[in-house]
Amino acid sequence: MRFYRALLHLYPISFRREYGAEMSALFDVRVRQTSRGFGMMVLWLATIVEVIANAAAVHWDVLRHDLRYTVRTLVRSPGFALTAILVTALGIGANTAAFSVADFVLLRPLPFADPDRLVKLWESPPGPGRFELSPPNYRDYESQNKSFSAMGAFHNTSVNLVGQGDPQRLTGSAMTADVMPMLGVKPLIGRLFTAEDQQKDNYGNVVLSYGLWQRTFGGDAAVLGQRVLLNGDPSVIIGIMPRDFHFPTAETAMWTLMPRSERENDERDNTWFQSIARLKPGVSIEQARAQMNVIAASLAQRYPKDNKGIGAAVITLRDELSTQSQLMLIALCGAAICVLLIACANLANLLIARSLVRRRELDVRLALGAGRERLVRQLMTESLVIAAIGGALGVAIAVTSVPLLSRLVPNSLPLADTPTVDLRVLVVAALVTALTGIAFGVFPALRASGKGDLSALREGSRSGGGRRARVRSALVVVEVMASVVLLVSSGLLLRALSRVESTDPGFQTDGIVTMRTALPRPQYDSNTVREQFYHRVLDGVKALPGVQNAAYVSFLPMTMGGGIFPVEANGVPSNGADGRNASVRYATPAYFATMGIPIRAGRDVEETDEINRPQVAVVSESFAKKYFPGENAVTKSFKTTMGELEIVGVVGDIKVRGLERTSEPQMYLSYRQQRGPSFPFFMPKDLVIRATAPMAQLVPAVRRIVHEADPTLPISSVQSMASIVSDQTATRAVQVRVIVAFAAIAFFLAAVGIHGLLAFAVSTRKHEIGVRMALGAQRGAIVGLVVRQGVVLALCGVIPGIALAYAAGKTMQSLLFGVEPGDAVTFAAAAALCVVMTLAGSLLPVLRAVRVAPATVFRGE
Amino acid sequence: MAHSQSDISALIPLPPATFHILMAVAQEDRHGYGIIQDVIRRTNGELKLSAGTLYRSVQRMLEQGLIDETDDRPAPELDDERRRYYRISAFGTAVARAETRRMTQLVRMARTQGLLPERA
Repeated sequence: MRFYRALLHLYPISFRREYGAEMSALFDVRVRQTSRGFGMMVLWLATIVEVIANAAAVHWDVLRHDLRYTVRTLVRSPGFALTAILVTALGIGANTAAFSVADFVLLRPLPFADPDRLVKLWESPPGPGRFELSPPNYRDYESQNKSFSAMGAFHNTSVNLVGQGDPQRLTGSAMTADVMPMLGVKPLIGRLFTAEDQQKDNYGNVVLSYGLWQRTFGGDAAVLGQRVLLNGDPSVIIGIMPRDFHFPTAETAMWTLMPRSERENDERDNTWFQSIARLKPGVSIEQARAQMNVIAASLAQRYPKDNKGIGAAVITLRDELSTQSQLMLIALCGAAICVLLIACANLANLLIARSLVRRRELDVRLALGAGRERLVRQLMTESLVIAAIGGALGVAIAVTSVPLLSRLVPNSLPLADTPTVDLRVLVVAALVTALTGIAFGVFPALRASGKGDLSALREGSRSGGGRRARVRSALVVVEVMASVVLLVSSGLLLRALSRVESTDPGFQTDGIVTMRTALPRPQYDSNTVREQFYHRVLDGVKALPGVQNAAYVSFLPMTMGGGIFPVEANGVPSNGADGRNASVRYATPAYFATMGIPIRAGRDVEETDEINRPQVAVVSESFAKKYFPGENAVTKSFKTTMGELEIVGVVGDIKVRGLERTSEPQMYLSYRQQRGPSFPFFMPKDLVIRATAPMAQLVPAVRRIVHEADPTLPISSVQSMASIVSDQTATRAVQVRVIVAFAAIAFFLAAVGIHGLLAFAVSTRKHEIGVRMALGAQRGAIVGLVVRQGVVLALCGVIPGIALAYAAGKTMQSLLFGVEPGDAVTFAAAAALCVVMTLAGSLLPVLRAVRVAPATVFRGE
Repeated sequence: MAHSQSDISALIPLPPATFHILMAVAQEDRHGYGIIQDVIRRTNGELKLSAGTLYRSVQRMLEQGLIDETDDRPAPELDDERRRYYRISAFGTAVARAETRRMTQLVRMARTQGLLPERA
């Protein structure tokens, strides 16, 4: 019998209390009527099954009943229901969106085999930053290492694809045969490069990305074996990669085998190999790092000219992103947690206030014999329903908004460029939702069942005791505190953004249209062919109506940070890694005039600076100041990898590496003095046009001119200079926009919180206010009474909030672009907003308080 | 409590256990064990309600207002204080009648389609 009674615990308490004794008695009768042995066993088995099935059914009945009741009560108070659901949706939505992006970028395993064991190897110079490997150094690391089970090298390529509709400019990757097998990926169709291909130097094959295959080849499987022209060379398509394969980055559209000439390149000072490796089983990344540094030290000893002071850096593939992108995402998650905290506090406050209002109803139900357990269960169901609806709405908000956050996905990772919400994040969202529901349902539920003295039934009792009022105030204080942190953080980030945006790039951004016409080799190896092309295009473009000027340059500012060469000036030699260097660009005359870069002294490069004349350079002011301090740099000479150059002009500095980064000094060389195919990477290919004509009208005309000059040339990256500059701040702008949105939500919720608390306080203190008014208190005094409470609450939240905000500012200092974490303007603005928030929250309660008519209050007594 | 026709229709068709319980308490007040016994007797032992099924149904029927718990108890020598007695309500009677009508019509319809019951 004891076992049967224990089984009855599967039923809800209320049901057991009601019928347990009778059920036991009935079971007792059946036991007595059953013979021992087999019959008894059957009885017990049948009973266990029956109890489990019926208990589940009773629970289901109760749930259905509670759900019906919940829907009825929520429909009866739509204001409460909508507020509570909205608050939950905002909290859950903000968090699901923020964590989806963070999870996508920082946590989710990369789509490769055993991705945690994949590392990248870099050369690390004495200063900050890291370099790719030079080919001979790569070969030495590969042959001497004992830490990696495989190593591979690759580098980005720019490829003109001709013959498939319009010519296209694509980013590809040339790799050794080890890379793909190391990643553990298989082609969707076709095959990958093999060691045999590499041995036979059989590099006329290409593997296409899924995107390129779909876009350009219509997803036709028959493309396997088809010939295409890549940079003028015929190549055979041998494979298509799956849709989710992105390596090394999302923009890579095709993969080719690295030719032997590149693999066996001997320039130890030219670092352009990216290297990926797989750790041997049992070898930790620290061990690998230590071993690579031993090899680096021996290389430094053997080749001091190129390797002195160069160490090795081993970084997991997952961590290949800047601390700035990491910090940005962490800040975003922090902000989202603040929003959730505020939302939870708000929800708790709403539920407590509601339970106080419903106290009479609950006490009446208790008095009518509803078990406490039933009441608790009912209230829990209510808050879970609110949480579930709010959570579902929140997830819907997140799913729609996450693709808008794609700018926050750094392009240094082998990931798709649009983040997605995955099942794990949804499970977490569901858990958070359930926890929110349970945690904030328990509070009022326990209170409701706490004491059954039926005090609420006594006429005139005023609910809301001291302890609960304190809890509610504390919750509002937390809301204010968290919203101060968000307001200050978003303020600091806004200031940083506007500071970055107002940085002078060193050139004019308006009215400049740019595009790229990459010149394939070997067709454009000859100076004559190149010069003919430039003249045809530039003369044609300049003749277009509305065009003021046009020029060609190797790379536009902010699109390529590299191209740094050592500078030997005033007899001081350089190894390039010691900071005595400059960025190099070849340009046609009028580049400076077109870009609006001021010429400070001397002259521009000119058509007369041709191949048979002494090499000349135009340098930037910082170049002149650094290498010829206190002197007039014009007519001075210096040496670099291209030979000895004479300075003919000095121009203003520009932000080559982007608005937020320090750039090396710049030198510009005459396009006519680029000898044959030397430094092919630097062939001027970016066309800049200063024009008053609108872009939509200009671009087709320019396309026509380029097409007439060379019908096989693709035109790519058509964009205004202004958009190149604004792209610099795009990630920041998205992050700031999101955090500002979070701060606005927080601000709104905190104001709602203050309002709710004060409104409740006024309604419970109606009597006191009435008495005071009857005794002659002025309206001002009543206003003071209410506002004082609001101000005290706000102050209690603002003071710790400011301290926390300062700490938050400190941790994200590297995002602030020089704005102090204690920036007075921001803090003052946040404080002012808090005053507004408090006043806005107090407004309605104050109005209600001054409208209290003493007579009505006393009549109610 | 006044019940409308739509309240009655909302409950029809009745689950078999509910209908049997209504029949059991239609003529006299019965306690749980009495109901189980009555159902067994009337169905020649074909339907044996378990305690769980019985009280789950009883709880729902009380909520729906089909039956009431009664304070009229038999003579103390026949009573057991743990027992609770139930009786059919006016609404319960109305619902049981409606269910009977529904089943009668169903049987009639089946007959017109030539579905005569087999002779025992």
